[in-house]
Amino acid sequence: MKYLDEYRDPQLAKSLLNGLQRRGRDGRTMKFMEICGTHTVSIFRLGLRQLLPANIQLISGPGCPVCVTANEDIDRAVWLAQQPGVIIATFGDLLRVPGSSSSLHVERSRGADVRMVYASFDALQIARENPGRQVVFLGIGFETTAPTVAAAVRRAASEGLRNFSVFSAHKLLPPAMRALLEAKDQQLDGFLCPGHVSTVIGAAAYEEVVTRYHVPCVVTGFEALDLLQGITMLADQVEKGEAHVMNPYRRAVSWEGNLAARRLLDEIFEPVDSTWRGLGEIPRSGLKIRCRWKDYDAVNRFFMPRIEVKEHPGCRCGDVLRGMMTPLQCGLFRKVCTPQNPKGPCMVSSEGTCGAYYRYEH
Amino acid sequence: MESMTVQLDQGSGGRATHELVQDLFIQSFRNEYLLEMNDSALVNVGNGQIAMTTDSYVVDPVIFPGGNIGSLAVHGTVNDLAMRGARPLYMTAGFILEEGLSLETLGEIVSSMAAAAREANVFIVAGDTKVVPRGKADKIFINTSGVGVVPPGVRVGGQYAEPGDAVLINGTIGDHGMAVLCKREGLAFENEIRSDSASLNGLVEKMLEVCPQIHVLRDPTRGGVATTLNEIAEQSHVGIRLEEEALPVREDVAGACEILGLDPLYVANEGKVLVFVPARCMKSVLRVMRDHPLGRNACKIGETVSNDAGRVFLRTRIGGHRLLDMLRGEQLPRIC
Repeated sequence: MKYLDEYRDPQLAKSLLNGLQRRGRDGRTMKFMEICGTHTVSIFRLGLRQLLPANIQLISGPGCPVCVTANEDIDRAVWLAQQPGVIIATFGDLLRVPGSSSSLHVERSRGADVRMVYASFDALQIARENPGRQVVFLGIGFETTAPTVAAAVRRAASEGLRNFSVFSAHKLLPPAMRALLEAKDQQLDGFLCPGHVSTVIGAAAYEEVVTRYHVPCVVTGFEALDLLQGITMLADQVEKGEAHVMNPYRRAVSWEGNLAARRLLDEIFEPVDSTWRGLGEIPRSGLKIRCRWKDYDAVNRFFMPRIEVKEHPGCRCGDVLRGMMTPLQCGLFRKVCTPQNPKGPCMVSSEGTCGAYYRYEH
Repeated sequence: MESMTVQLDQGSGGRATHELVQDLFIQSFRNEYLLEMNDSALVNVGNGQIAMTTDSYVVDPVIFPGGNIGSLAVHGTVNDLAMRGARPLYMTAGFILEEGLSLETLGEIVSSMAAAAREANVFIVAGDTKVVPRGKADKIFINTSGVGVVPPGVRVGGQYAEPGDAVLINGTIGDHGMAVLCKREGLAFENEIRSDSASLNGLVEKMLEVCPQIHVLRDPTRGGVATTLNEIAEQSHVGIRLEEEALPVREDVAGACEILGLDPLYVANEGKVLVFVPARCMKSVLRVMRDHPLGRNACKIGETVSNDAGRVFLRTRIGGHRLLDMLRGEQLPRIC
């Protein structure tokens, strides 16, 4: 904890908070969006939103990989789980997300072999131990997670594993930022850019957002001082009418990112148009396994039928993901949509905005 | 989408377990003892009161740093009795064994169970053994029952917390859950994290000697400190305020939680007790706790208040406040 405690210093935090309080005096409202689920949870766990002046608003965006996964992809994962001889390996958060008519959690209780793993390499081990069965790893996550999945594909190939494949629902964050700004239904004054994703793509990845849309971007870590410094830097830029990429999280994020991870991503995956819950189809915002590695692509290995997708009537996860409303404004929130019986992914995921409001807000 | 089958998180010790117990078992078995929702029931026998409890142990792995399923079964049952202020006396033990379990492992489990019983001064007076075919159980399940006597004048239960009580704990939180998780998932840190599994009856006895007016004793097992405090807040209709700065967490446990994205407040403990005492007794209780080997790191972590009945709040290090809810579902490591 030696290298963490110094970023949690209460005295320094208070002095940064005092500085932010002074900015509220001209009455101008600033809306900053965090586009990382871990940021969302940190902000709630710190009780940070109540400590900021009323004119600095933090809005949670599409930063939770589970939440942005389209209903259609959940339905296809459920279909895969129902196939005889298939073992599904997935991150735990995905288990409870409801699709059109079922979830992986429900399928597991009905007898499907759905196993929770902590990493894609755990799925490889399951494949090695079950040579007579097909193991499908559900690949969800942003640029942070995708390289490890790419590494698993390469390892499976080098070992000649014939019973391992990936159902890729990976997403790329910068295209989603562009889509949010293009939509123009939300006036944002700056982005708290994701710490984890940025370790891979680098701070340079946000240059286009800054130059094209003149919206400040600050790459931010997850501790109290990281977040307060990030917000302060965004507020400084707004006050001066400037827009730059700033990277105070240099202890983890470089300008160009992790080149080895980026090369690996590029080797295994190619960008494709992808459907995001709430944001619709965004050009080149998803990752598809390249043709060369098609033996490891579950979409290629299984003939998936077309599934009729049904959204829960009244579920407003899409609007929450775009920052158009808070969960408190959703008619289902806390009444029929709870973590025990979630109607949408933002309630079920540990990084989801609705779940965070449910767990941490008064 | 309503699911009509039992789900895993209904056994996680959090909100889902709480609701299953309330909606099904309590409704069906309804009686004044169960309705109290305490770790053990106090029943009248002759002129005195005895405490009765039962529990089942299904831990994976069955042997972990700091203990095994056998010692855990004794500690858990003894603690369920001690949490009502009772002096544990007798236990029963039922074993469900999976075909293929090594006799060496079974021997190790039983011998540490015997040692734990001796240490806690309880007798295992009856038992039962069943063997099921391979795959029908996970190595070994143990079910226990326990009885103990309640000394006259002691009235301890989750429903007796009062506004103004100090909330104390006897040491660091999350040790057991992280020891088991690290062992199960093969996670190695610089120092091996060890379970805190221990019988707390000796410590409780000392505390009750200096302060018979202790209102609540509760061991924060599955669901962790946060879930247990929520249960007490609901039972006693009080609000609870915790201070994040005061929460004792071992550095290695905090580090492991940090890496996995877990909150130690929701991680299981097996040798910890939450104590609600009138503020005037706090110093004397803390003193005897710190004098006991199982209470060296005892401290105050919060207090009860009359507003926000049934809810628990945490004041964060930077001065913010947040709701501290029961565990919902299972605590899962984050994805990114």
